[in-house]
Amino acid sequence: MKPRQKRLMFIIAGLALVAAAVGLVLFALKDNVSLYFTPTQVYHKEAPQGRSFRIGGLVEEGSVKRQGDGLTVYFNITDTAKSMPVVYKGILPDLFKEGKGVVAQGKLQDDNVFHAEEVLAKHDENYMPPEAMHALEEAAKSQSGVSAVSSPAAAPTLTPAK
Amino acid sequence: MSPAEFFAMNGYGFYVWGSYGVALLVIGIEIALVRHKRTITLRQLRMERDAGEEQ
Amino acid sequence: MAINWFKYSAPTAFYGLAGKMIPWFAVPAAVLFMVGMYIGFFVAPTDAIQSEAYRIIFIHVPASILSMFIYLIMAGYAALGLIFNTRLSSMMATALAPTGALFAFISLWTGALWGKPMWGAWWVWDARLTSELILLFLYLGFIALQSSIEDPRRADRAGALLAIVGSVNVPIIYFSVKWWNTLHQGATIKFTGTSMHVAMQQAMFIMLLACWLYVIAVTLARVRSIILERERNTQWVNELKEVRS
Repeated sequence: MKPRQKRLMFIIAGLALVAAAVGLVLFALKDNVSLYFTPTQVYHKEAPQGRSFRIGGLVEEGSVKRQGDGLTVYFNITDTAKSMPVVYKGILPDLFKEGKGVVAQGKLQDDNVFHAEEVLAKHDENYMPPEAMHALEEAAKSQSGVSAVSSPAAAPTLTPAK
Repeated sequence: MSPAEFFAMNGYGFYVWGSYGVALLVIGIEIALVRHKRTITLRQLRMERDAGEEQ
Repeated sequence: MAINWFKYSAPTAFYGLAGKMIPWFAVPAAVLFMVGMYIGFFVAPTDAIQSEAYRIIFIHVPASILSMFIYLIMAGYAALGLIFNTRLSSMMATALAPTGALFAFISLWTGALWGKPMWGAWWVWDARLTSELILLFLYLGFIALQSSIEDPRRADRAGALLAIVGSVNVPIIYFSVKWWNTLHQGATIKFTGTSMHVAMQQAMFIMLLACWLYVIAVTLARVRSIILERERNTQWVNELKEVRS
């Protein structure tokens, strides 16, 4: 290959990379760069109507119900202000648990239930051994009398956007 | 903890060792490339110098 | 061509100094890497929520931090080279780019292998992951741009512009988890402290230090080859012991 051809190839490769980078920026910027909508945003009709979007929040305590087929599961996603019923048929991630973070992709149907095609678990940035977590839960229980909120740090990312 | 249990990583062995294995592999490749680059640069310099002396 | 090699006194002096410095960074890097791995796998306890899968953090977080940090250092060197026309700074920027790309790749790779078992997906187009992917493309773009221009000084200038413009991406990566809703969790290391058990923290910081020392060692080794290549017509290069033999 002649040096000039080589140079041209590099320039094309460079341009392709820059174009890919710009494309990704634009792709990410759509929907305000946010990966998901909160139940409050969905309640205020800020989420897209009639097309697939993601909804994120915490799995509401005591809301998870599994159907007899072992695959279909009903639960509510909450941001503590509003709550949204979700139905999903498929395998849930290991970290899917009541009171924990979750992001579901799907459509809001006419029955006002969010029909999810994909459910992802969202965890927080706190890392501790099981004993420490147990101690924290006990302390939270004895202080407030209500069941322990798993992670105070997960809360800010789950509050509805202003 | 037995060695088998350790490598199983409670069922996450593929993900944990896949992470560290590939990270170490690419770092090893980088070290080899940097060394190779030095070898060929020095060889090139000697060749250029020898060519210069003959003229 | 008349050679005024006083002009190149900085690379001349630095070539020898870098050679002497490499073992002082490479050996501690290897030792600390092993210590960090030992603490990470044998001392740090299992995580309450993520079980053993969380141990990916000891390579994922250092690689991610360094991929961003190296970019800023690279852009800083490139800017110095552009403003003051100091050749060594531009060579340092060129030498840092491949290692930065490497750490961005490790960050994305280990992130995918962590995301699959924990989140349920290898990849999501959230702001954190996307901006880190863009960082990798910026590194690759910088390398491709520089190698496409034959005149080294023009290559330095073009690369510097890309590096400086691209550095806006770094704060976007860091703050993405705060500014937008992302699947990725918040930062483990914050300006106010960390949210980790102490042995986990030690393993992560030792691995971070090990990786940082490795970056210095490998960059010094790479910049020595770049110096030789770019100064190949000078007397001092031809008088070097390793060239004469």
